[in-house]
Amino acid sequence: MNLFESFRIALQNLSANKLRSGLTMLGVIIGVGAVIALVSIGRGAQEAITNQIQSVGTNLLYVRPGAANQNGVRGQEGSAGTLTLEDAAALQDVNGIVGVAPEIDSFAQLVAGGNNTNARLVGATSEFQDVRDFFPSSGEFINSGNVTARSTVACLGSAVAAELFPDEDPIGQSIRINNVPFRVQCVMESKGGTGFLSQDGQVIVPLTTAQTRLANAGRFRGSSNINVINLKIADLSQSDAITQQVGDILRERHRVAQDDFTVQSQQDVLSAATAVTDTLTMFLGGVAAISLLVGGIGIMNIMLVSVTERTREIGIRKAVGAKRRDILMQFLTEATVLSVLGGVIGILLGWGIALAMGSFQFGATQVKPTVDLSAVALAVIFSIAVGLFFGIYPAARAGSLRPIEALRYE
Amino acid sequence: MAVIEIENVTKIYQMGETTVAALRGVSLQVEKGEMVSIMGPSGSGKSTLMNIIGCLDQPTEGVYRLDNVDVSKMNDDELADIRNKKIGFVFQSFNLLPRTAALAQVELPMIYAGAPDRRKRALDALQQVGLGDRVHHRPNELSGGQQQRVAIARALVNHPAIMLADEPTGNLDSVSGEDIMNIFKRLNREQGMTVILVTHDPDVAAHAARVIHVKDGKVTV
Repeated sequence: MNLFESFRIALQNLSANKLRSGLTMLGVIIGVGAVIALVSIGRGAQEAITNQIQSVGTNLLYVRPGAANQNGVRGQEGSAGTLTLEDAAALQDVNGIVGVAPEIDSFAQLVAGGNNTNARLVGATSEFQDVRDFFPSSGEFINSGNVTARSTVACLGSAVAAELFPDEDPIGQSIRINNVPFRVQCVMESKGGTGFLSQDGQVIVPLTTAQTRLANAGRFRGSSNINVINLKIADLSQSDAITQQVGDILRERHRVAQDDFTVQSQQDVLSAATAVTDTLTMFLGGVAAISLLVGGIGIMNIMLVSVTERTREIGIRKAVGAKRRDILMQFLTEATVLSVLGGVIGILLGWGIALAMGSFQFGATQVKPTVDLSAVALAVIFSIAVGLFFGIYPAARAGSLRPIEALRYE
Repeated sequence: MAVIEIENVTKIYQMGETTVAALRGVSLQVEKGEMVSIMGPSGSGKSTLMNIIGCLDQPTEGVYRLDNVDVSKMNDDELADIRNKKIGFVFQSFNLLPRTAALAQVELPMIYAGAPDRRKRALDALQQVGLGDRVHHRPNELSGGQQQRVAIARALVNHPAIMLADEPTGNLDSVSGEDIMNIFKRLNREQGMTVILVTHDPDVAAHAARVIHVKDGKVTV
């Protein structure tokens, strides 16, 4: 008996018992569907986060103050006020660094007319736009004159601008940032992305203005602290060497043996985030795989019932010449058809769920589920394997039934 | 020429601690083209003998040659092949596949044989038993006599060396039973088919030219 015959007989038997076959398949459908849907969500989250990080640009290094270590009590990273504007200036001449942009960060309440919003406040210098590769879509970015004069001018991120000035051109309008009046000088281009990491939710003011009028920047070594020094490097492959040099210069300047700062590349941030989302995806996929396993056990259960129920049929087939292998193949094919059919429907279901969700807010991040073809391939292979694995035992039992006893079975 | 040669066959069943001898040295021969009955009361070893003749079971000792091939030492798959090619079974309870049309029932032995022209040969066989107009009916749409005729068509479709019928009329009323017996006789007479009837009913046995009596695991005639 060839494969085509067993396939035909399998379909015949499965369609003779439609409700049971359907319920059995349901286990696999739900399992595979869950794998596809959840892995897609995981991949979507990964893409969303990766995109946000990459929208900042990848040839960036960040220097942040290290952990405060006062009287033996160690604070969190970034809690120490060890980086200064002078540090930033000293890094200007390092070979391979093409731009230095010191930055301070805070949060601010913005009010314009009847609208108000919260935004991330960034104190920046004129270099900021080149280093971060982030330019105004209209108006002019903060210039060095603004920084020197501590001007009360602001550049709005596109989302902030839309929030505060839904109907009018923001340029030249006046807003209040933490109750201090500012004039809007430019609106930044949209970088996309949402949530905490988004650059569209920022308001940028001159660094000096932020230090003196807005942020609670402490004083350190006779100069105001800064939160981050953004370094733009010419070539990503040099990032290790440059990190080394930056470290040497800062240790020398701070006269410390132990680093009181951290240099981090955008690549580090990216791989850290990817590691997190990979774990998330694996976790989601793993949970779903368990339900696929349960579906497989359902197949085995039904196949065992089916073998018992059809003992007489097996006897008849053996009496007219079916060999052990023929019977085994027949039942194995049935189990595999169940699981593969369930797998295919499950893929469509999971895909459908992923598409139907479109995109949704996950925490502060907009996630659009992405159906991963490798997950689909894996689900297909896995469901075939489930059918074979859970089908082999009932099938072998059917194949080894003795014809006389099977014929006598009532 | 003998199509069945059984020489001194014994069959011993192990039932837990005790052994039961169902056959105690049976010898018999059936010639090609013969129609014989095997008769005996229940418990006589008649069913065991039928199982061995039908290659559903093997003798504990002794030799059984079917169509000049010694089948007494064959393995399960070889026996399946012998059953497929040399033996046509007709059972008391018809033993048709549920929810399967008559045509597919008759095609079944040919599927396992890998034979060509299945549909045409199945139609021919159904025609021979007078069911040419019922080929797409399922067992639950056929009367008992019609079901048994489907079983006969299935038994003869692979041109077996012997047709083995186990109480073929046991579940039928006398009219359909008579029909079935007439089909066996016709197959025997017109096609030279060797027919072996296993029964406890003397009226059925009387249809055969020769009756073999089995009692207490032995052939008594």
